[in-house]
Amino acid sequence: MDAAAITKALRRIAHEIIERNPDIRSVILAGIPSRGVEIARRIADFVRQIDKIDIDTGVIDVAMHRDDVGTRRELPVVRESNLPLPLEGRTVIIVDDVLFTGRTVRAAMDAIGSFGRPARIQLAALIDRGHRELPIRADYVGKNLPTALEQDVQVRLEQIDGEEGVWIK
Amino acid sequence: MIIRDGRVIDPANGRDEVVDLAIAEGRIAEKSNDAEVIDASGLIVAPGLIDMHVHLREPGFSHKETIASGARAAAAGGFTTIVCMPNTSPAADNPATIAWIKDRAAESACVNVLPTGAISKNIAGEELAPIGSLGDVGVVAITDDGKCIQNHELMRRAVEYARMVGLPVLDHCQDYNLAGNGVVNEGYWSTLLGLPGWPAAGEEAIVARNILLAELCDHHIHCQHVSAAGSVRLIREARSRGVKISGEVCPHHIALTDEAIQNFDTNYKMNPPLRSQKDVDAILEGIADGTLSILASDHAPHAAFEKEVEFDQAPFGIVGLETELGLFIDLLVHKHRKIDIVRLIEMFTVEPAKLLKLDAGTLSLGAKADATLIDPELEWTAKIDNFQSNSRNSPFDGWKLKGRAVRTIVNGKTVWQLA
Amino acid sequence: MNERWTRKDLLGLRELSIDEINFILETADAFKQVGAREIKKVPALRGKTLVNFFVEPSTRTRTSFELAAFRLSADVINITASGSSLTKGETLKDTAKNLEALHADILVLRHSSAGAPQFLAERLKSSVINAGDGAHEHPTQGLLDAYTIREKRGKIDNLHVVIIGDILFSRVARSNIFCLTKLGARVTLVGPSTLVPRDFEKLGVTVSHKIDNVLPDADVVNLLRIQHERQRKEYFPGTGEYTRLFGLTKARAKMLKPDCLVMHPGPINRGVEIDSEVADGSRSVILDQVTNGLAVRMAVLYLCGGIAT
Repeated sequence: MDAAAITKALRRIAHEIIERNPDIRSVILAGIPSRGVEIARRIADFVRQIDKIDIDTGVIDVAMHRDDVGTRRELPVVRESNLPLPLEGRTVIIVDDVLFTGRTVRAAMDAIGSFGRPARIQLAALIDRGHRELPIRADYVGKNLPTALEQDVQVRLEQIDGEEGVWIK
Repeated sequence: MIIRDGRVIDPANGRDEVVDLAIAEGRIAEKSNDAEVIDASGLIVAPGLIDMHVHLREPGFSHKETIASGARAAAAGGFTTIVCMPNTSPAADNPATIAWIKDRAAESACVNVLPTGAISKNIAGEELAPIGSLGDVGVVAITDDGKCIQNHELMRRAVEYARMVGLPVLDHCQDYNLAGNGVVNEGYWSTLLGLPGWPAAGEEAIVARNILLAELCDHHIHCQHVSAAGSVRLIREARSRGVKISGEVCPHHIALTDEAIQNFDTNYKMNPPLRSQKDVDAILEGIADGTLSILASDHAPHAAFEKEVEFDQAPFGIVGLETELGLFIDLLVHKHRKIDIVRLIEMFTVEPAKLLKLDAGTLSLGAKADATLIDPELEWTAKIDNFQSNSRNSPFDGWKLKGRAVRTIVNGKTVWQLA
Repeated sequence: MNERWTRKDLLGLRELSIDEINFILETADAFKQVGAREIKKVPALRGKTLVNFFVEPSTRTRTSFELAAFRLSADVINITASGSSLTKGETLKDTAKNLEALHADILVLRHSSAGAPQFLAERLKSSVINAGDGAHEHPTQGLLDAYTIREKRGKIDNLHVVIIGDILFSRVARSNIFCLTKLGARVTLVGPSTLVPRDFEKLGVTVSHKIDNVLPDADVVNLLRIQHERQRKEYFPGTGEYTRLFGLTKARAKMLKPDCLVMHPGPINRGVEIDSEVADGSRSVILDQVTNGLAVRMAVLYLCGGIAT
């Protein structure tokens, strides 16, 4: 997947979000650091281009909500979460680069819950590579990418990695 | 027994030559008829070494050390005579305890064990122990080691009394008010670590006191385990005026500085504490110019469970008998070149024998056949697991040293040799 | 992912790198924000057991650690000296080994002996967090002080921090000195010469005995508690003279720059080291320190307790 394909996929996701959320002003795009935050920003840009509406974005850090702390030598770095409050009546769309086991998304839903009770939570992912370990499914997917379990999917974005594209290793 | 081809160093007689040494009936002799021949080529044959500052812990603390195990440690360190301190339980402040120690040594010790008696009753620093009676049962000196008599008047009377009895006074120099609850040297490291420090002045004040009392009473006071530069300076000045004062050095006070305490390892906790490099340098100079005339270990065994506690709550002291000679040869003769091996042997033989009036420390014809064979060039590694002592509280585990005893002979019999 | 934290224990700030200190402060930012949420609790240390082992009494620090642990979903046990076997002659090592045998994952230790936390850390698999050891270190206090300065002033580098009081016996002072000098602050210690001996200059700070010369140039004033009761009659003549020479009185506070921060680790002796009006005044960030202590302790527990052992 190259830069053009990523742009196309995200523009399509923006269209789908507008279609599925008649009250688009209630939407918050909550990116999971670090690439999810950038993807959320880009989707918000497309929504602005398409609909002339500024929608809220935020950051939802999942590190302190993970269920594997203490089992890994490498401790996830915690970052500050930042969501427009209150969440009551809002639609929070979790945005991440790769949807894999679903554990990160579960942690993100927990984290959102600690800020309040949104009307609904949806999920957008640039890549869905399968191999879910939890009953979680994305509402918006940029591309379904069938992979073997041991493969590594890397999303690289210009603003974070200095290059753009998706690689399978 | 014939000790063949060794370099016989006998400072008492100004002797230093490669020659055979004969031992017969436990005495140094002209010739020997028995068949035992020891090849000492490449080795030094020295009079049996004397360590005049050892804690044997018996009676009362035999879980730390016994007279038997301490004597074995001494033999393994090259010592044929050790002088044990009176801070046992009960304290060696009475003739019965001294007699008990001597009996115990006679039946269980493989080297000569010479007891000291306490200066004050129960080493409490308040009233005099029966110094005359202690002299009668054969103590070689009096000392309250581990404690220090703070009352200068009491100390003065003790020194006067000891002069009458003919016993030298050994003193652990520590001013309690200045030392306070200090557990390490007061300086950079105590400041950094927040450990209570006691300043060098706390030792120097008592060294100065002892110099004044030695002059006043015209009697010998020996300052044990000198740790501070100021003490060396005071003793040097006093000795130049002929005052009967002397000073002793322990290996840890020249091998280490207080930098070693930074990980709160209680094997670096001793009293007096490890001090600064400036103090180490002054002590080395004091040894070089003869100001400090005695080398000793302050062998202070403690069980592992006693030392494995919070730093400020751990007991003071480290074992030393089995690393002492190696450290002194390595540091004084090889590394810093402060003295030669002849002077080192003299400091372990003639000097303590003279101070304590011992019939020991020489290879004169007819003398008691105590001898130490030393390989001054042998490179070896100190290992606490190989210690003969019952305790392991040494900071020198794993140290690579050059020079050590390889055989220890007491009364014409080998009591220990290097495997 | 995280090369920046590899320690299971927090024993002191002297051994930490600048990067490690900054990493704790950044992590504390994330945890401070948790305190603003509707549900102030995250599952990060769920299933872990923390033992608050306070051999020396301290309600303030113990409560802060306890609340930090609650907010990280750890289970907490509090043990005080009088309630432990230490009073029955059990050694510290044996007591701690027993706690570990009960699967205590994190041991928060307050002890009167310098080096006691390091002693345990070397002998236990559990994480050991120093909550103050003798006059040695109080690392979480040093971190929360640095955090508060950074939060209020936006930086620490090049600020002039003045620490006033009983420096000699203060673990707070030492942790502050190690932390702030690493982060680039200029540190001046002020107090009577008996409680601020010159040996401290070797730690890279300035020592002064004239408070009036120092205050006008201060960006931060950190006052330490003067403990006359358990202390040291021989160290200074009395609290009256102390206040006259070294107290941050209302009159002296007028010398401070308008944006100078006034800090105190508590508990405050009003009218001794600081006047009431100054402690409650506009420059005072004393209560911010308490709030930030919680975030810093959450960060420390998360980092040390979260590492797999």
